[in-house]
Amino acid sequence: MFKWLFKRKNYPDSYKTYLAGFKKDEKKLLSETRFVVFDTETTGFDKIEDRILSIGAISVLNNTINVSDSFEIYLKQDVFKSESVKIHGILKGGNLEKVSEKEAIEKFLDYIKNDVLVGHHVGFDMAMVDRMMRRNNLGKLKNLCLDTGVLFKMSKHLVYQENLKNYSLDDLCEELKIEKVDRHTATGDALITAIAFQKILARLNKNKNLKLKDLL
Amino acid sequence: MKNSIAERIYDFIKRFPPFDLLKDEKLEQISKEVKIIYLEKGKIVFNVNEAYHDHFYMVRNGAIGLHRIKGDKNEMIDICDSGDIFGLRALLAQENYTLKASANEESIIYGIPINVFQQASENNKKINKYLITTFASNAFTPYTQEQSDEIFNDYIPNNNQDIQNLKTANYTKKPIICQEDATVKEAAILMSKHGISCIVIVNQKKHPIGIITNSDLKHKIATGKFSIENSVKNIMSHPVVACNKKITVAEAQLQMIKFNIGHLCVTKDGTYNTPLVGVLTRHDIVLSIGNNPSVLLKEIKRANRTKSLRNVRAKAHNLLKAYLDQNIPIRHICKIISELNDAITFRVIENAIKKMETPPPVEFSWLALGSQGRKEQLLYSDQDSALIFQDVPEDKYDETQAYFLKLAGHITKSLHKIGYEYCTAEMMASNPEWCMSYSNWKAQFENWIVNPDNKAILLSSIFFDFSRIYGNKTLVNNLTDSIFNSLEQSSHLLSLLAKDILQSPPPLGFFKQMVLEKNGKYEDFFNIKVRALMPLIDAARLLILTHKIKNINNTALRYEKLSELEPENKELYDSCSYAFKALLKFKTKQGIANNDSGKFINLETLNKEEKLKLKRCFKPIREIQDLLKYRFKIINLS
Repeated sequence: MFKWLFKRKNYPDSYKTYLAGFKKDEKKLLSETRFVVFDTETTGFDKIEDRILSIGAISVLNNTINVSDSFEIYLKQDVFKSESVKIHGILKGGNLEKVSEKEAIEKFLDYIKNDVLVGHHVGFDMAMVDRMMRRNNLGKLKNLCLDTGVLFKMSKHLVYQENLKNYSLDDLCEELKIEKVDRHTATGDALITAIAFQKILARLNKNKNLKLKDLL
Repeated sequence: MKNSIAERIYDFIKRFPPFDLLKDEKLEQISKEVKIIYLEKGKIVFNVNEAYHDHFYMVRNGAIGLHRIKGDKNEMIDICDSGDIFGLRALLAQENYTLKASANEESIIYGIPINVFQQASENNKKINKYLITTFASNAFTPYTQEQSDEIFNDYIPNNNQDIQNLKTANYTKKPIICQEDATVKEAAILMSKHGISCIVIVNQKKHPIGIITNSDLKHKIATGKFSIENSVKNIMSHPVVACNKKITVAEAQLQMIKFNIGHLCVTKDGTYNTPLVGVLTRHDIVLSIGNNPSVLLKEIKRANRTKSLRNVRAKAHNLLKAYLDQNIPIRHICKIISELNDAITFRVIENAIKKMETPPPVEFSWLALGSQGRKEQLLYSDQDSALIFQDVPEDKYDETQAYFLKLAGHITKSLHKIGYEYCTAEMMASNPEWCMSYSNWKAQFENWIVNPDNKAILLSSIFFDFSRIYGNKTLVNNLTDSIFNSLEQSSHLLSLLAKDILQSPPPLGFFKQMVLEKNGKYEDFFNIKVRALMPLIDAARLLILTHKIKNINNTALRYEKLSELEPENKELYDSCSYAFKALLKFKTKQGIANNDSGKFINLETLNKEEKLKLKRCFKPIREIQDLLKYRFKIINLS
């Protein structure tokens, strides 16, 4: 405790407000929990070298996505890799409005608050965001976090659970019959992931007594 | 800030009325405020008498059923598909909802805020007109239905003849036509190619000038009066009787009787001086009135679209309700409903093959498993299916399997649309594990029989009850033969199955209380499927396998066969057969009442007589389990 206090840096107000959100310990029902489903597009897969180009996120509350409560941001980055452009389609110049990392992360924290984060193979996106926060002298993300890849495996019938296949987002679309629209844009993938997430929850919740802790 | 999701919503909603009438910037405003709502099957959007929401709804994926509830009767009035709007009338009238809307399948809908919509559509005359006409045409139905209910009470199942008569008739929209210079032979070839009973002869402006029907061919050609090289003008009946698109069923019938004809030409303005838009046949009339199995079967055979099959299945469901109300023997009901189920699957497969770019590369057969395989599927239930294809050289295997997987994908998707849920265990032919060549299937069964593991036991209950729905017979017969050969060599699996059946205790505990579920949503409910039906089904299958009887899948029939084979146990088997039928009926009735699978029964809702009836059915379960214990020499289990 003491050590923690000692180590505490002088964080900017935005991060302090974000941290303060976690102090309240409230127990919510699944239907009252706000899930923020997000995805990032990056210049590549190297957590240190590569940079986030855009973040897309939407919130799911009681099986409803409010389009007005969605998040989409593009970042100014010095790192640029032309070979990744064919995947995400974000040009170095382009006419998209772009912001600095600092501004992006402030807005993102303000958007996610203390809610539960959801993503497909979310470990990578979390790591990328954490790296970005560290570059900007902030601490780590504190949110609970769910991976649709893992949840999907849980939802499979017992007969198939020994199968250790790693399901890609495309596999999920295929198996859960989800239309692939705007694949490989951060917001598009976030929406697809959100729909997959809800379909998986419905499958896991056949007995109607699913709780958040069953998912962690 | 850019909002890509709003842009996609914009792209979607602008394709449908009334949004196609709005200006782009107004649509953009609306798109940004939409809610995307995910609904599991059966989830209710709004209920009767519920206060109106802030949103009206548009279906994005899936389908929403609109139901009218009267007393404990729940009648589906309409199904909204992708692009359809619902729940708007109550908002505009500022009244409570008069209908119930619930997800007919897993669906995604858009919630569109009424205030944003109203602001955007203010002073838009076209939209106002659109809304008024939509409601004017919709308002008619609920009113007349309410009236008819008071006249006919529930003794007459679904007999809304009067409304049916006032409905506009459904005519065939793309009629087969030929030009006036065609020969009789050409016309007849067209008719036989399309399998139709009449062809309309049109002039260059597409006005109908005459009609040739089967009976013209019979009387004028087959008798030798005219040769087949004659012009169609020589034998056609003319002038045609034309009618308007909006003709009601009753009017159409009158016209047909008056002119003693079976076909009406539907034209643009209702006279024969305007282009032909359709043909209305006596058959179309029968279809719009009829709700009996043979009419439904015919309708299935003609259905080219999944949507029409879905309607037929919904009608079959009404038929089932009526039969149960009338106390028709359950065996008879099973027969009819499974006929209809099988015919629907058959038609779905036929349509799916048409969707493929090439015909199937080799022979195949489609198997129904589980309850459909046993011909016991009354309510909508999960899909369980498998596909066998003929052996192919090794280098062609992957390609062939890929073809059938794609085909099966189309089929399971259509079946899902019709109302059969995907199997949670993915025991469906669209799964590579259940779509294999004959030799692989044979090897798979041999393996299950010779080296049974837990998975084999879990799956055998489904896989030993298969029946062929479509395709090659020999493949299936050979597979059955090989299964019985393997069973002859090893009885290990059978004794494991017996053990497995005895694991589930008889449904009565100490003090003759029914064993209730202990966790989940259904705590303190009685699971009639697992506790009562499955033990009977499993025991029948096991016993019939030990007797090596092929091709009897139905549980009741299996017990009847058993009592023939073992006269010394006749009494027990007969009581099992009786108990099975009674329990199945019980489950089906529960399912209809609660609009679910009927598996879970709340004992508190049963009266004393029903409880006693239920308990009486349990006695044979205990007795048949004792018989298995003795026969398979299983001890220390209970």
